[in-house]
Amino acid sequence: MTATFLILAVLTVAGTAAAMGLRNAVHCVLALTVGFAGVAALYLQLDAQFVGLTQIMVYVGAVAILAVFAIMMTHSPTPVPIPAYSTRWALGGVVAAAVFAVLAWAICSSSASSQILPPQPDINVQQIGEALMHQYVLPLEIMGLLLTAALIGAVVIAMDRKEEIK
Amino acid sequence: MSSLQSYLLLSALLFSIGLAGALTRRNAILVLIGIELMLNAANLNFIAFWRFGPTPSKLTGIMFAIFSISVAAAEAAVGLGIILAAYRHSKTTDLDQMNSLKG
Repeated sequence: MTATFLILAVLTVAGTAAAMGLRNAVHCVLALTVGFAGVAALYLQLDAQFVGLTQIMVYVGAVAILAVFAIMMTHSPTPVPIPAYSTRWALGGVVAAAVFAVLAWAICSSSASSQILPPQPDINVQQIGEALMHQYVLPLEIMGLLLTAALIGAVVIAMDRKEEIK
Repeated sequence: MSSLQSYLLLSALLFSIGLAGALTRRNAILVLIGIELMLNAANLNFIAFWRFGPTPSKLTGIMFAIFSISVAAAEAAVGLGIILAAYRHSKTTDLDQMNSLKG
């Protein structure tokens, strides 16, 4: 465990915890981008450069912007501010802590996690592209179909139907 | 403490933070973000297991992570669309007030 990993881990956990804990929703999304960027840096640390850059483009670029737009479009000034947490927030916190305890127990007691680090693989983008176009071409096409369906579906769901009636 | 173990523990912590957010927040958009965080934790596990696995030159973990990121992006787009539609219907994103199906 290196100092780089520790710094990135602290940054990622702080960003995501702030994203789930702050009261202002826009601040939450800003903290979330820090967390996503930290995860991307962890991918780079694990020699998965392509996935790290994809993470930055998709999550920091697209998902965070989408969330900010959704927050802006659903923002309505109310006389009484809505509380940030649910009425039974303590129960949710206990469930999440229990899940973490079980996962940590399983990880610490597993023999699989005592792996030593294999030598660094020389993966370049050309190999990933060739694998996507040969071995994984069917999943790639299905993914394209899924993304198209999701795009059309999101537009249809979010469309304002009152304008059609007029 | 081995390095794979530290990555797995970090991933479990990210998953729990996302779960806590999804269970405790009242804003529907932040609940969706919590689900995205849980998916991110799973991706981190894919990459960590790929890197520490016996054959990291086989690209399996990278492919899993790429497809998982694509599905998560589609899920975010459709989820936010559903939240916008629900907001137009009930004029709120507060999940405690979206109770019109409650018996």
